[in-house]
Amino acid sequence: MSNSIREMEDASFLLVVGSNTTETHPVIALRMKQAVRKGARLVVVDPRKVELVRYAHRWLPLHIGTDIALFNAMAHVVIRDGLYNTTYVREKTEGLAALEEHLKGYTPEYAAQVTGLSAEAIVQTAHEYAAADRASIVYTLGVTEHTCGTHNVQSLANLAILTGNLGRWGTGVNPLRGQNNVQGAGDMGCIPTDLPGYQKADRPEVRAKFEEAWGRPIPSRPGLTKVTAVDQVLKGRVKAVYIMGENTVVSDAHASHTRAALEAADLLVVQDIFLTETAQLAHVVLPAACYAEVDGTFTNTERRVQRVRRAVEPPGEAKPDWLILSELAGRLGYPMAYRHPSEVWDEVAGLSPILAGISYRRLEQAGGLQWPCPSGDHPGTPYLHADGPESGKAYFSLVHHVPPAELPDAEFPLVLTTGRRRSTYHTGTMTGRASGFKLLVPHELLEMNPTDAAALSIADGEEVLVTSRRGQVKVAVKVTDRSPEGTVFMSFHFPDSTHTNLLTSDARDLITDTPELKACAVRVEKLSGR
Amino acid sequence: MPTVCPYCGTGCGLQLLVKGGRLVGAAPDFASPVSEGSLCIKGQFASTEFVHSGQRLTHPLIRRNGMLQKASWEQAYGLVAERLAAIRDTCGPDAIALWSSARATNEANYLMQKLARAVIGTNNIDNCART
Ligand code: SF4
Repeated sequence: MSNSIREMEDASFLLVVGSNTTETHPVIALRMKQAVRKGARLVVVDPRKVELVRYAHRWLPLHIGTDIALFNAMAHVVIRDGLYNTTYVREKTEGLAALEEHLKGYTPEYAAQVTGLSAEAIVQTAHEYAAADRASIVYTLGVTEHTCGTHNVQSLANLAILTGNLGRWGTGVNPLRGQNNVQGAGDMGCIPTDLPGYQKADRPEVRAKFEEAWGRPIPSRPGLTKVTAVDQVLKGRVKAVYIMGENTVVSDAHASHTRAALEAADLLVVQDIFLTETAQLAHVVLPAACYAEVDGTFTNTERRVQRVRRAVEPPGEAKPDWLILSELAGRLGYPMAYRHPSEVWDEVAGLSPILAGISYRRLEQAGGLQWPCPSGDHPGTPYLHADGPESGKAYFSLVHHVPPAELPDAEFPLVLTTGRRRSTYHTGTMTGRASGFKLLVPHELLEMNPTDAAALSIADGEEVLVTSRRGQVKVAVKVTDRSPEGTVFMSFHFPDSTHTNLLTSDARDLITDTPELKACAVRVEKLSGR
Repeated sequence: MPTVCPYCGTGCGLQLLVKGGRLVGAAPDFASPVSEGSLCIKGQFASTEFVHSGQRLTHPLIRRNGMLQKASWEQAYGLVAERLAAIRDTCGPDAIALWSSARATNEANYLMQKLARAVIGTNNIDNCART
């Protein structure tokens, strides 16, 4: 997030995009509701009538995969009507003329056709966003899990840049991270292109610094993203896969493909706390300690590094991840002599300028510190870009609306979108084991609009067969107007009974390689003999 | 024991209640600048039970004759190290891919990519959800 969670309360306009916040990030949703109570306007952009819509001043139920058309049209209106922040645009940005030219065709009328919204609602939303003192954009997976995910985010950022809604309290472009430490995994360099602290592995001076600290050469060859690595396993070029703490055969788009790859690997090592579906495929399974059994840090979605503390001992012979990895490194001829995770942290901080000022000692006192925190006396950074864009100027992105990779057709007439529900968490490895939990949503449901259900004579609660080009699952139907006509929704929380990701598409975002979990074409049928 | 909720990226403050070496419950942490005493039902009710689940993995497993069987850490480390080294030596370091966890600590994630880059010699390191 460019800004902090608590700032949302002070925003005067909240544009929440593709985020079922009340279910996925309930405590953040509290801040949003508080903002509304304090007078903020809330606009929710989501094809589904998510719970947050109840608190919204306007709901924009756009067709799936048409986000860019909407945001480009809003930017078009902001420029056309002279509503951009002239000082900010003159001093801190470059390329307004090019953007104006690029957006020429994105009239509200055109966007209305593409998105299914009214031109009037698009214009009003653009006007309100531009007029707000402090406008905050919040988005989650709905935006990034599309083949054009990166472009969606860029078209949103254009709006913030145009109106100067960056670098100030209560503004910004704010992605809500799904899992507790997605932010930290990226910060720590678990990305093929980046060493810790987002230092690029293709820069010789960066590699030189790490080579000196680590005493080993750092490869300059670019690494494979997870999605590409899966393909390379199937082609026989990647032979071994080592997975730490992730139930990948359930959570990945196009699960059967991932499973086939893991089954084909010469060596699969899985380090986890349960014998997950993925671990069951492994050649070697290493038992790990869970969050309550380790010391360490997590970094939340607002870049806040916080202390995780060991409250109990791990069961049996299970060990903390950090210890397993250091002991294994020793077996591979590279001894690591850390006695405590704080020593690992000190190494990270010493090598990463954005984390340099964060230590366990400071974390004890501060209730967490938000990076960038470059020195021991720096208070941390609640919002980024306070002194203007990082590179001196912010650049507008010229991106176009592209329809989703897989469109519905006669054979597969419905669009399936996937997402999360409250009370179950990701693949269910943790919540699936808390006995109270399955009661709330006892099994997977296919949410379907009443009109679509009536057309197929499907009753609420009836079991149906859902088929895509890649697979088939059986699931009970929940008839609800939360789903718009033509669109059905499922989560991927119940791998035992319904394996949602058998259906989804393996098309990916061209830039980040994020799989398109959000939309694929399916057919829904009554079970025969009923 | 003050700590952080293991579920979503909000990172609410959690107080784990411990009795006789076991977690007996969780309470909101009013000192947390993130949540200031709020928790959702996941944080409140689902953050402790799984920790003591009978289904937790308690020892390493090695596949023998198609079945995962109990093994010692010695055996597990030995096998993983030997196979990784053999694959690296015959097919090159880029024949190995490592996927890190959005649920593990920063320190574990850091060591995972250090294992990939410094020890094995590949940039084939990624984390699960790229979101
Ligand atoms: S308590 Fe709820 S909102 Fe807070 S971090 Fe945990 S899951 Fe997220």
